[in-house]
Amino acid sequence: MQVYFFHLMPYGELDLAKSDEYNSAWVTIPNDCFDPAVGTKLYNRYIGELELADQLGFDGVCVNEHHQTAYGLMPAPNLIAAALARTTKNAKICILGRALPLVNNPMMIAEEFAMLDHMSGGRIITGFVRGIGSEYFSNSVNPTFSHERYYEAHELILKAWTETGPFRYQGKHYQFDYVNMWPRPLQRPHPPVWIPSQGSMETIVWCAAPERKYTYLQTFSPYPVALKAFNAYKEEARKHGYEASPDQMGWAIPTYVAETDEIAMRELQPHVETFFNKFLRFPSIEMRLPPGYSSIASTKSLMELKFKNRTSSTLETLIKNGMILVGSPQTVREKILACQKEMGFGHLMAMLQVASLPAELTEKNIRLFASEVMPYLQQPGLQPAEIKASA
Amino acid sequence: MREVVQDVRGTPVRMLEEGTGPTVLMLHGIDGPSADPLNVELAKTHRVIVPELPGFCHSGIPDWMMGISDAAYFVMDLMATLGEPKIHLAGHSIGGWIAAEIATRCTHDLASLTLLAPAGVMPVEAPQQDVFLLTGDAGVRQLFHDQKLADAELLRRADDLLDITLQNRAGLARLAWTPRMASVTLAQWLHRIDVPTLIAWGENDKILPFANHKTFTAEIAHAKFVGFPACGHAITHERGMEVARLMSALMGNAHSRSSGAK
Repeated sequence: MQVYFFHLMPYGELDLAKSDEYNSAWVTIPNDCFDPAVGTKLYNRYIGELELADQLGFDGVCVNEHHQTAYGLMPAPNLIAAALARTTKNAKICILGRALPLVNNPMMIAEEFAMLDHMSGGRIITGFVRGIGSEYFSNSVNPTFSHERYYEAHELILKAWTETGPFRYQGKHYQFDYVNMWPRPLQRPHPPVWIPSQGSMETIVWCAAPERKYTYLQTFSPYPVALKAFNAYKEEARKHGYEASPDQMGWAIPTYVAETDEIAMRELQPHVETFFNKFLRFPSIEMRLPPGYSSIASTKSLMELKFKNRTSSTLETLIKNGMILVGSPQTVREKILACQKEMGFGHLMAMLQVASLPAELTEKNIRLFASEVMPYLQQPGLQPAEIKASA
Repeated sequence: MREVVQDVRGTPVRMLEEGTGPTVLMLHGIDGPSADPLNVELAKTHRVIVPELPGFCHSGIPDWMMGISDAAYFVMDLMATLGEPKIHLAGHSIGGWIAAEIATRCTHDLASLTLLAPAGVMPVEAPQQDVFLLTGDAGVRQLFHDQKLADAELLRRADDLLDITLQNRAGLARLAWTPRMASVTLAQWLHRIDVPTLIAWGENDKILPFANHKTFTAEIAHAKFVGFPACGHAITHERGMEVARLMSALMGNAHSRSSGAK
């Protein structure tokens, strides 16, 4: 299994009372809640945390894109990736992902990724997403074109990466008389493409198609939902006459380790509850699910799901639902290995910082995870004594 | 009103129809066609036709419909199937925008034009409520100034299918997401409208600000304008009777002034 540190780079010092007042951490919460001095401190801290992960032997570090929110401060994740390309040495740099439909010129995404591929020496893993519902409000892009623009932009980027230019591209949403990438990407035929999703069947089917075999990343889901998604991927692969490899499946999950189960739970509790109850809060279901963003059937089932889950999350329910991994190193590594056995994923994106989790606890989490959990995941069959001996 | 289906160049279009007399083609607002007080009153003296706009109610969004211009041409194709040399064209909200788009292209087939709280122009002042953040019952209430009328509308809608509501929002979004409920260029061409025109607006419209009427009245100089105090966006419900009277007068004058009144 390969192990990554996935950072959301939240505005950890969010004024929770103000967030309550607007019932939102997205789009409508006024940006006077963002203190620039705090922002500068956080960017430097978070980049440092990702650099530390590289030094400690993580297989990769992950960033992603969100707009107008305290949930994550990376409207332009490639900027963070560019900084990391120079300051990290071995870790893969995963941009999970860029939101294709939100841009009017997908060629810029193709070009930026190609640049990053060179700057990192071929260490980037690219990710393509549609952007979440609220981002169609914050970016003024018509949500009814979301799917069409996603598929079309994806097609254009892949062609631009792999075909000799100049050539013409005439789509419904994007038209170019000259497609001729300078630079071409370093990795051949192109950098890996991973697709994060919360379990959309359409996405799973699309990823598993033999012409793509994209790594599918399950994010923020109760364990049974994640398991169902991976099983669906494997089933889809079998329909196409192949077995899905672990490399085609990744699981992203908030993870916290401390000296004992009790300490871990006590330290994580306020921050993870803030994360699920405050940072993932939208002013209305309409902002989460704008019109035409998903099919009517999917919209209805998502609405039902969101209404069902309106109660606030507690540490207890999050653990029970398999939304987070928390405990002593032994508890967490046993849990991960048991999950992997059942789910079959080959990539674990541990989200080692959430919401307001402060610097010292984050660093403790990263170091303890790296020394006491990660080696057992990276080297199957390794025994605790061997780790201690090699340390 | 009864439901009929009209074929428009191979596309079946569901329409509500009622009454006899001069033909009024009424383009519905954000929530699709309904036998609202305006349509019921008009149908006593006119043949009122309320088509489902493409992308609304029972139809998915057609692949070819990229924006308001496509919707306008589609309704022009529909008009050609009605067998009437001159049509009284009217529209509310998004329907008003489409009606205005049609009239800026060509008024040859129009006897008159009625724009009721029409979308289509860049807002003169910021709307109080984003139409795409209207939520459930509270959202319906935002459309009304008179909350007793909102109660009645909520009762009427109690059995509406969520599918239809979601489809209506998706159809609306296809046409009106960016700029919200507006066109950058429509105002430029409103001067081309040369048929008798009525513009009416609720002074308490939270979706499309009352002040937007200034762009329409400035560019369509001959238009009659009526503002209704204590009236929200749901003008066809809240002022159905009055609007029907104003429209009847407009249409009567248009007829008495010769069929090609310009």
